Amino acid sequence: MNGVGVPLAAPDRPVNGVALTIVIILFLLVAVLGFFAARWRREETTGLHSLDEWGLGGRGFGTWVTWFLLGGDLYTAYTFVAVPAAMWATGAVSGFFAVPYTIVLYPIVFLLMSRLWSVSHRHGFVTPADFVGGRYGSRALTVAVAVTGIVATMPYIALQLVGIKAVLTVLGLGSAENVLLTDLPLIIAFVVLAAYTYTSGLRAPALIAVVKDLLIYLAVIVAVIYLPIKFGGWGTIFDSAQAKLATVSPATGKPAGAFIPGASSYSAYWTLALGSALALFMYPHSITGVLATKSRNTIRRNAAVLPLYSLMLGFLALLGYAAIYAGTKPTDLNGAVNPQLVVPQLFLDQFPAWFAGIALAAIAIGALVPAAIMSIAAANLFTRNIYRDLIKPDATPRQEASVSKIASLVVKFGALIFVIAMDQSAAINMQLLGGIWILQTFPAIVAGLYTRWFHRWALFAGWAAGIAYGTIAAYNVVNPVTKAHFGGSIAAIPGTDVQVYIAVVAFAINLVVAAVLSLLFRAMKVADGKDITRTSDYGADENDPKVAQLQREHPLAEPGGPTY
Amino acid sequence: MSSPEVPTRGPARPGPYVISGILLLVAIVVPLYVPAYSYDEPRLGGIPFFYWYQMAWIPVTAALVGISYWLVTREDRRRRESVRGLADGVER
Repeated sequence: MNGVGVPLAAPDRPVNGVALTIVIILFLLVAVLGFFAARWRREETTGLHSLDEWGLGGRGFGTWVTWFLLGGDLYTAYTFVAVPAAMWATGAVSGFFAVPYTIVLYPIVFLLMSRLWSVSHRHGFVTPADFVGGRYGSRALTVAVAVTGIVATMPYIALQLVGIKAVLTVLGLGSAENVLLTDLPLIIAFVVLAAYTYTSGLRAPALIAVVKDLLIYLAVIVAVIYLPIKFGGWGTIFDSAQAKLATVSPATGKPAGAFIPGASSYSAYWTLALGSALALFMYPHSITGVLATKSRNTIRRNAAVLPLYSLMLGFLALLGYAAIYAGTKPTDLNGAVNPQLVVPQLFLDQFPAWFAGIALAAIAIGALVPAAIMSIAAANLFTRNIYRDLIKPDATPRQEASVSKIASLVVKFGALIFVIAMDQSAAINMQLLGGIWILQTFPAIVAGLYTRWFHRWALFAGWAAGIAYGTIAAYNVVNPVTKAHFGGSIAAIPGTDVQVYIAVVAFAINLVVAAVLSLLFRAMKVADGKDITRTSDYGADENDPKVAQLQREHPLAEPGGPTY
Repeated sequence: MSSPEVPTRGPARPGPYVISGILLLVAIVVPLYVPAYSYDEPRLGGIPFFYWYQMAWIPVTAALVGISYWLVTREDRRRRESVRGLADGVER
């Protein structure tokens, strides 16, 4: 099933048979679970023939399922591979910021997401762009939010494939000569993923996330206890990391990395953490996870228990330093150093093959869960805000579900082609840009949860200004060694020397433009859109009637007129 | 105008919201204040201060969010019961 029985042409690395067998068994187990998920908590009368059922898992996930689902959704395989890789290569600023990022994330989620849940529950919104459309009555703004979401999500899916690829490479599946054979296991894994996402919708990643999360906790807890004992304590690990990161690189004449950030990188460190935290719940896949919950308070309860994953991520980041001490050699198929192979290689070098197999399977399965949710979220955006809003306004729920299923396939194969046909760095650059872009939807989505003060066209102009600045600033960051553009996500605030995360400056520009133009447009009396939401919608819980029901009982003379 | 709008919650008492707002603000601002923790010493079990301090904030944040949850949901329940009691008459 995984194309492994076929002897691969001249593998450049030895295949680790035991570890590979464990990975295949766990992959098959997860695939069975994915197809079985279609029958889990199924509404027998309607089946999966609506976006509420297929795309949001019936909007009925409770605290436990949501904990696993969001844990699997937010802490992706790419995170598990890239964060320790960054620690290994350049140290704290580009790697360990993930810890404050995933700390400040949860108070923000607590503040914002239950209001979004309530208004979406009342109106049957499936995507963030649905809400923006309902709140501002602006087609342009809705499409802007939807397209930003889709474009930012695509490279994120591609990076999940990069995570699987790292695992397959260290397992010995791959050859520098035969590219097609190298990619074959990846293609098969993705076809299977696409098939069960198509049949089961959001229920598949929700069930699989339970398996994946338990495996990853097991792998990290064992590694964090066993490796320091084996290596003589955390002290020696940190000392060797400090020595390596202080080594002056001949290419740049600067130290290789930062062990503890100096005063000049404080602003980069905290803006990376804050900007990423603000952006994460603007991603469609995060919002899909929120809207799939059963009650207004499920997400708030989860904001208090999800930090357990951040603790795991923090320890996983430190494994990047453990790999420095251990002298792990992350050599890619072409012989070059690829930091992303560091953690998979560390597990393979330091643990018995069967346990390495479990850890590698956890990473690979960890890629399937977010890839499935992201493709569903992007498909929902396409279906609701492009297909229904622009092409076929009278689409039935059944048609929406079938369009969304097909769109999820298109999105996944797009990501697959991206990774196979293009250089990996293209996916990484796009993901970097995606993070900057998605934050520009924050004013439209979040301000709308609290106030209608902003004018719809001002929000649109702010969005455009933020995207334009962010893209140009990111293009102008040049990698000092390779001279390539999009060399990083840090740049000076224009006119100063203060180095900050580009997304945060773009966001500030976005807000200022939106505020100034709101005043101007209101003064000029530019027409405002219709708001179909009421103040009471933002505090509704699962026991309150939905708006569709209210409308039947008391038809509104003028939708969006009075609010109180 | 005949309004179909049924309030979902009664009026708020500011206390619980103000307190949880402060707790959440602390959980956002303090972990981002880098000058407070960009040091190597004191180490804990060999882990530099910079690393263990930030990791220690994870359970602290979880607790602050947990307390906010308790405060806000309690007030929320009271506000809902106040309107549902009115709307449904005796039965709730």
